[in-house]
Order: sequence, then C-alpha cells, then structure tokens
Amino acid sequence: MEKTVDLIATTTVGKDPAVVYAYWRQFDQFPEFMAHVDVVRTISDTRSHWQVTAPFGRTVEWDAEITEDVPGRVLAWRSVEGADVANAGMVHFSPAPRDQGTEIRVTISYDLPGGKFGEALARWAGEDPHQQLDDDLRRFKQVMETGEVVRSEGAPWGKRSRQEFPQHPAQPLSDEELIDLTHAEVPA
Amino acid sequence: MRANCWMGVNTVEVQDVPDPKILNRRDAIVKITSTAICGSDLHLLDGYVPTMQSGDILGHEFMGEVVEVGAGVDSARLRVGDRVVVPFPIACGACAQCRRGLYSTCENSNPNAGLAEKMFGHPTAGIFGYSHLTGGFAGGQAEYARVPFADVGPLKIESDLSDDQVLFLSDILPTGYMGAEMCDIEPGDTVAVWGAGPVGQFAMDSARLLGADQVIAIDREPYRLRLAADAGHTTLNFEEVDVRSELLALTAGRGPDSCIDAVGMEATHGSSHLNTYDRVKQATRQESDRPHALRQAILCCRSGGTVSVVGVYGGFIDKFPAGAWMNRALTLKTGQCHVHRYMKPLLERIEKGEIDPTRVITHRLPLSEAPHGYEIFKNKEEDCEKVILQP
Repeated sequence: MEKTVDLIATTTVGKDPAVVYAYWRQFDQFPEFMAHVDVVRTISDTRSHWQVTAPFGRTVEWDAEITEDVPGRVLAWRSVEGADVANAGMVHFSPAPRDQGTEIRVTISYDLPGGKFGEALARWAGEDPHQQLDDDLRRFKQVMETGEVVRSEGAPWGKRSRQEFPQHPAQPLSDEELIDLTHAEVPA
Repeated sequence: MRANCWMGVNTVEVQDVPDPKILNRRDAIVKITSTAICGSDLHLLDGYVPTMQSGDILGHEFMGEVVEVGAGVDSARLRVGDRVVVPFPIACGACAQCRRGLYSTCENSNPNAGLAEKMFGHPTAGIFGYSHLTGGFAGGQAEYARVPFADVGPLKIESDLSDDQVLFLSDILPTGYMGAEMCDIEPGDTVAVWGAGPVGQFAMDSARLLGADQVIAIDREPYRLRLAADAGHTTLNFEEVDVRSELLALTAGRGPDSCIDAVGMEATHGSSHLNTYDRVKQATRQESDRPHALRQAILCCRSGGTVSVVGVYGGFIDKFPAGAWMNRALTLKTGQCHVHRYMKPLLERIEKGEIDPTRVITHRLPLSEAPHGYEIFKNKEEDCEKVILQP
C-alpha cells in the first residue's frame, strides 16, 4: 500500500536566478537547510548519494540522478533503481518582478512507505511534510540572503528546530546544552 | 548572569541563568548598562500573548557595551567596546521587507516563522524577549544579551549622551514617532492620542515636532495627563468627560485630523457595558484583544482622516466599526515600529535638543527589583510612567 506524495512549495529569494540556481545545483549543501537531509555526496556531475532521516528516526538512502538541467531556469532529479524510498524533485527558477530576485517553485514527490496509514502515523509523531518543505525553503532563503540559518535561544537547533512546543526557554543554553548542540551538528 | 524571567501569568522572577553565547556568526554579546520595562511587556505579564514559556527572559529595550562579536560581524560596522542601543525588532537588513525599510516584518530573523505565519498569515520579525511566536529570543532585562545581525541593528552612540537620553531609541521613542509620522500631519492639524503612557507621550511630542497645532492626550490617570500637560499638550480624562463631545468642541465640530491608538489590546474605558462585554469575551478566549481605544479613535476621527495604531494587538477583535471606517473614508495605518529607520534621525533630534526622552522616566530600580517594577507599572502605583532597570 504505497502512496505517492506530492509536495509543492514556493519562495522568493533576493538574488539573481543564476546565483540561486548555482547554489541549488550543489546538492551537497542541502543538509545546511533541509531538516531531514543528513548527507548528500556528489558522485559525478549528474549523480549524487542521499542519506535522509525518515519518520521515527529511520535512515533511508538512495542515489539520485539529474534528469533536467537548464542553468538558471530548471533543475530536476530522481532516485535511481534500488532506492529505499523512490522520489523525485523539480525546481523552477524565474526572475521575480522589479528587483525582488528569483521566484522558486519546488515540487518533491516520493512514495510514502505505509501509504495513508504511514502519513497519519507520521503526523501523529509531529511530522507535517508540507510544513517541513516550507521551512526548508525558508532556511534556504535565509542562507542565500544572510549567509546562515538564524537561531534563537528558544530554537537554537538551526535546521533541526521544530515548530512544536515546548521549545527551549528563551534563555541562554547551559554549557552542557551547548556541547550537545555542537556535537549534533557534526554529520554522521 | 542574573535575568528577569517570565514564570507564568502575573509572575516574573530574577533568576540565575547561563551567560549568552554566540549562536550565529553575525551575533554580538552586549553587556547591558540600562534596560527598561515596556507597556507591551505587561501584555506578556498578563498572559495575553500566546507562546510564552516559563523561564523566558523578558525585555526588548536595552543598551550597553559590545563585549564579544561573532566571526561574521562586519568590523567596519561594529566592534568590541562599542556603546550601542539595540532596536527591539531583529532584522537581517537583506530581505525584501528590510530593503523596503519595513524591518519589523523581516523575512529572515524569526526561527519560528512557520508559527507566526499560521497566526498572522505571513511571518513577522524576531523580537527580543517577546514570546516564541516572535522567535524565542532571550530578552534584555538581564546582565548580558545576545544580539543577532549585530552589524545591522545596533546604533553606536559616539557622543557623551547619557543612557537615559538614548535608551528609548530602542523602542518607545521611534514607536511614538512612527505613530505620528503615519498621520501625515499638516500645519494646522489636530492630533488626538489615546493613551498617555510613554509611547503616547512620545507620539504627542512627535506630532508637535511634525507640525501639529493642537495635540490632545486621552487617558484616565491624572499623573499621566499632568505629564502630557507639562509638555504643552491638551488633556482629556475619559472618566470625567465624554471624549467624542470634547474632541468635537476642541475642533469646532470637525474632529481630530488624525487619531493615534497608543493603547492596544488591553484598553479600559468609561462605557461600563462595553467594557464588561470585552472583558468577558477576552477572559473566555472568544476575543483576544480589547479594542476600545481603536473603536473610539475611528468614531472620533474627522472624515478622510488617518487612524494610526501603534498600541499592540495580538489576535482578534469584536465590534470593529467598519461602517464608520469605510463610509467616512478613513485611512488606517499600523505596524510594529521599524525602529532601524528612525534611530539615527531621532538621535540627531535628541542631540539638537528637539526631543527630551528623559521626561517620561519616573522610576529607576536595580534589575533585582524588576518584579516590583512590573507591579507598580501594571497597577499604576507611585505615579509610575516608566521604569528603568540597572543590571
């Protein structure tokens, strides 16, 4: 009982399409802003290996290949055979009106293990894939426009900060918490 | 370090907490020399702003000395040793909203933007010490604070002006000023200001600076009205007079050209049945905000005039006089203050002696007595207008 999930998200980034496309084209930077992507390793110009945390802490992996590449305009990829979770993604880059940079439209599709039941279970565990992709894009925009993902004392975990409550109180982290924070950021 | 923490509705406590650390490359750590309690902190104290958590450090009006900067801070803009006033909204300076000068709606400074988006339709900027909806940033009623985007917000003070003279550039002076600026005042105008708290006082002073002939303060606390009268403004006590009739009398029937709401979501008023209606609906969470000042401002403003709102609202209101607003061609303008764009020009006005921000200060307490400061400010005891805390 597998079900294909389509996620669509959009954002506007204040940089030229060529610059935004070029950053996106470096898949190995995805872990910086995509919450569940732990590692992307470039294998060749068109192939990469992905390691992603799935609901309930499971790790899933696949190789992806680029299926469409129009510099500054379109980038599409999909997993090759043997993927733990078959998936595909496509991004359209287009100039935003006036001096507002680039409009980004992302579509991600994947075969959800467990179908509707799996989706309900994941939601119950606090995972809303639509919200996650929105937040991933929000962080992409932060990285492009300001250089990094913004942190607060209440949400110090960068891309791992969740929107659920309670958060850490809005007071500085203790030394132990800070050590946890640093360790957690070293990719597996 | 010591910091004033929100522990629950109506409870703040000064506690020992860890010292702040750099979390982003463009952070600075500021050793705080002066900080203040804002009227909007009372909305947090009273429990009307959602997403507060026990232990949250309060405070968004603060200044001090830069003691540490992150590796990404532009050294041409900020260095260790600089004396700075910190604006209450956190803004990246790079997104489309910041480039428009709309810093309080920065698109990049709120780590909980997804939550703010659900509440407000679009996200709003991070704010120090002002709930997790605005990011969960530790506030400045403390000995130290971490300041993100430190090369964007903090204003360097290079003259020998005292803390008292410049501290309010962090919020209430620019907020009052923006309230007046939104009125597009022309010579001969009458501007009425609901609320004679610190923001209201600065809105009045700013309206006068921007050319208003007559500025009218509306409140019920005699000491607050006296403060406005001492600064040369006309006063109305809404518990003693009918506000609309008096405003008509003062403008020969026209009504004020502009009205400023410097009250916000916890208004009190003379009309007992409406007050009861709002209090009951607010207590039972059917209405999050009590908008009496806003309603009255809309009804009193002359046709074609501007109603400018700088009092804080958080959610939803009932009985909005949409008919008066629409049929009488009123303009409604509002926003959390875009402090960054007003700090330098207002600093110049302070230097020239055009504005005296110190006139609202009534209390000076050590940080350790912050809970007492909240109590007297909330209950309007000891003629409390503005409390400065010293760490």
